[in-house]
Amino acid sequence: METFEYARPASAREAVKLLAGGNAEVLAGGSDLLARMKDSVSTPNRLVSLREARDLRGIEYTAGKGLRLGAMVTLEEVATHPETRRHYAGVAQAAEKAASPQIRNVGTVGGNLCQRPRCWYYRAGFGLLAMQDGNSLIPNGDNRYHAILGNSGPAYFVSPSNLAPMLIAFGAKFRLLGPSGPREIPISAFYVTPKTDSDSEFALKPGEIITEVLVPPSPGPSAFYELRQKEYFDWALATAGVVLQMNGHAVKSARVVMGQVAPIPWPSPEAEQSLAGKTISAEVADDAGKAAVAKATPLSRNAYKVTLARVTVKRAILRAAGMESA
Amino acid sequence: MGTTPCKYDWPEASKRKLIGKRISRVDGPAKASGRARYTYDINPPGLLYGKIVRSPYAHVRISSIDTSEAEKLPGVKAVRVIQKTGTEIQWEGDEIVGIAAVSEEIAEDAARKVKIEYAHLPVFVADADLAAAEQAQRTKVTKDDQQGDVEKAFQDPDAVISEGFYGQPVICHCCLEAHGQVTQFSDGPSLKIWQSTQGVSVNPGQYAEVLKIPAASIDLVCEYMGGGFGSKFQVDRWGIECARLSHDAAGEPVKIMLERAAELQVAGIRPSLYGKIRVAASKDGTLTAWQSESWGTGGVGGAGVPPLPYVFNIPNQKVKYTAVSTNTGGARAWRAPNHPQSAVLTMGALDDLAAKLNMDPIDFLTKNMDLAPESLRKYYLDELPIARRLAEWDKYWHPRGQGASGPVKRGLGVSLHTWGGRGHNSTCNVTIHSDGSVEVALGSQDLGVGTRTVIGIVAAESLGLPLEAVTVKLGDSRYPYSGASGGSTTVGGVSSSTRRGSVDAREALFAVVAPGLGVPPDQLEAVDGHVRVKGDPAKSLTWKQACAKLGTKPVQVMGKNPGDCNLTSSGVGGVQIADVSVDTETGIVKMNRMVAVQDCGLVIDLKTAESQVFGAMVMGITYALFEERVVDAQTGKALNANMEAYKLAGIGDIPDLVVHMMTGPGYDERGPVGLAEPPTVSPGAAISNAVANAIGVRVSTIPITPDKVLAALAGPEKGAMA
Repeated sequence: METFEYARPASAREAVKLLAGGNAEVLAGGSDLLARMKDSVSTPNRLVSLREARDLRGIEYTAGKGLRLGAMVTLEEVATHPETRRHYAGVAQAAEKAASPQIRNVGTVGGNLCQRPRCWYYRAGFGLLAMQDGNSLIPNGDNRYHAILGNSGPAYFVSPSNLAPMLIAFGAKFRLLGPSGPREIPISAFYVTPKTDSDSEFALKPGEIITEVLVPPSPGPSAFYELRQKEYFDWALATAGVVLQMNGHAVKSARVVMGQVAPIPWPSPEAEQSLAGKTISAEVADDAGKAAVAKATPLSRNAYKVTLARVTVKRAILRAAGMESA
Repeated sequence: MGTTPCKYDWPEASKRKLIGKRISRVDGPAKASGRARYTYDINPPGLLYGKIVRSPYAHVRISSIDTSEAEKLPGVKAVRVIQKTGTEIQWEGDEIVGIAAVSEEIAEDAARKVKIEYAHLPVFVADADLAAAEQAQRTKVTKDDQQGDVEKAFQDPDAVISEGFYGQPVICHCCLEAHGQVTQFSDGPSLKIWQSTQGVSVNPGQYAEVLKIPAASIDLVCEYMGGGFGSKFQVDRWGIECARLSHDAAGEPVKIMLERAAELQVAGIRPSLYGKIRVAASKDGTLTAWQSESWGTGGVGGAGVPPLPYVFNIPNQKVKYTAVSTNTGGARAWRAPNHPQSAVLTMGALDDLAAKLNMDPIDFLTKNMDLAPESLRKYYLDELPIARRLAEWDKYWHPRGQGASGPVKRGLGVSLHTWGGRGHNSTCNVTIHSDGSVEVALGSQDLGVGTRTVIGIVAAESLGLPLEAVTVKLGDSRYPYSGASGGSTTVGGVSSSTRRGSVDAREALFAVVAPGLGVPPDQLEAVDGHVRVKGDPAKSLTWKQACAKLGTKPVQVMGKNPGDCNLTSSGVGGVQIADVSVDTETGIVKMNRMVAVQDCGLVIDLKTAESQVFGAMVMGITYALFEERVVDAQTGKALNANMEAYKLAGIGDIPDLVVHMMTGPGYDERGPVGLAEPPTVSPGAAISNAVANAIGVRVSTIPITPDKVLAALAGPEKGAMA
């Protein structure tokens, strides 16, 4: 690990000042950043810890208004927050599944949303796009965990956040704070596919941080489903967040967003259209899963992820509809 | 084992107070409380931290090395070039420069300031692809044998033939405790080494040879270990450099512990093994012919020849093996070298043949038992029915692919295995002090398996004392020589030397005590903390009273193995059954249960024996479902040299584990044979067979990951090489 300065400001505003200029990184829970620093994948010369920034904490639910999550709220707080569990079941499930209990206690909402890709070429030091001599190593390399959608290149990694697909399905937005003040951005616009090695996968301007997540009132039942090979301590192979707005027994409208399948959280209007007007059944859910991956373009070694993404969408829909065993 | 009685013989079952009982480790509290000091915990005054600059490339020639910036960094005490300019580097992570500094951070900073230029050479790492290896001229046929008339046997019109591809990738040892050592050089010259090693008594000689320091001036200590599994025999090149760094740093102690990435790159691997197998039986299920073309890699040096076909000596056989050389870190012994891989190929092929014959695989193995080594048949025939019962085979097994409807399929699979084991050379000092305390000292090591406890049990049993009356001292090369812990030979070795030493010490004590009791020494016995006259328990002394007679002359004798009376033997058999559920929508395999029925001769401590088998099954489930070293074929770079992408089973992945140790007549008489290797052999094959039973098709290679299961379900062509 390279030597670095360490700052622990008491507010978001101070943090933004400390982030200005140079090669600074935000330290939240640290479970991702410190590992990257140890492997020299990230080499900041200043860490700005948000641990003492009290204004970034807090989790509040207001009927008719929605849910507010401070960026430094821990995943454990989200997973166990009674009103989140009651009104935004999918969000609580996504936080609970994001990590082991130990990591959930230090890992934060902002950290999960800004986690860097787990792509093993990136983590081995080949850069975000795994380029060597102007070509990506992914198409001819070991791409078993890489993207099956939005993968026309040069980015093939997958967006790793558990919370992001679920929050996008709820139509949530971020409040950001930067040198030129606060702004709001829909989460769906926050994640971008980089075109060059110097691009970021986040639409953050220099010195900007996420301060809050604002989730509008829940339109109906929701669920998050995650597939991973191991029971615990394993990265997901596919995830899906689903929010249903019901009209009696029929789906009035649905939001379906997949994770771990593309460089960005991947909304599926195809699956949403497939569900509209239907009464949920195993067949209806399976059809939506099929629709979600109809346009998938697997790489040389990850065709299985198309199947997994389809099953994940199906199971998330059934879970949201309270028909998990179907 | 001899047939005539001998004074050292193991006590008969009716007289055993400790041997064979379920006894907790004597060092459990020290480990649980953190008092146990592992190599990492050794911090002598003035300690320096060593770091190794490693090659980031798999195949290069060193063009230049510039250490000047590193040497200038304040706090850096020594810098050594390990491999010079011009050297060809054959794997990623190989050691090039060593640095010692006053803190780990400064050592790392200095390591980053070393400038090394490389000329790139062609990289080859794709060991699963034999044709590619041949084209790259990276192969060497190291076995090409035939017995019987293979062609004729396969052409027999009555022959039922199964053909398939089976295999497994390279995996690593992943010891809980990383490789490491602390080394301190003193003028004289002499050397003090604290090393996590499987060879406390053996290694000083290896350091002496390279460093030109008298072996007599080297003291090596390893009090506690967090596993070795075969990867910690070596005196490593970086270990030698650790001593030289201490020398160059004016004798300050230097600590080098390998980082996890280095563990996975350079600290040893288990070779891969892939094979195309044809196997035939007559319609009644009698095995007639075997043909295998197999290959694998253990790094640049290739890999040893696997024992194929495994256990069953099929009358007509053609066996070819090709060693593949890859630019990856080299192989080291990995629990039962070559056996787990050979079991996956053999037991998988036999299971597929049984399915083709519409035979229950347990019946099929039983039917062919005449082809197993004669000495093992009895064990397998005893064990198979027990495993069958414990796994509820008759309830849950079904003909292949004919399980329940619904997406989750349950299946059972069986495998069997063998291992030699024996007792290695061992010497120990057994001392009975006049205050009644007893110590056994020997230059052995406890890898974490319970060796200390086993030694204590044997001494206490032999002296008629409770376990806590005996102090076991090991893990220091100043104690009498005891062999390295490998090949399941430690329990046999140390329990035999301890038994002989303890019996002799007991006799020496009797000789002192007998006159006072008015009987010849051979009329005494040591039972329940007393020395008493046989047949006349009223004439007795407490152990303490008896030992007080020693006055200023404690009893001290040396116990040896080998020695009079053969106390150990060789050759064990074991059977395992795996019970799995496979989600056919996702390809994810969950373990329901795993049953191990295992023989190891005389069990000294039933609890640590069972623990060995539990550990072996955990390790086996891990390599069957998760483990694989992944190296990028384009660059030769390790892609999962960390603990997040190199997957190990977690507690949630481990099912109900059922262990049945074979004991009693027919087993105990052979003395302790050794247990570390055998139970780790079968899990891969048993789990692979269980998955095939569940889903109706073979997943060719382990680890059985979702991609491979889904490909196998999609069709044989797609599944074959997945």
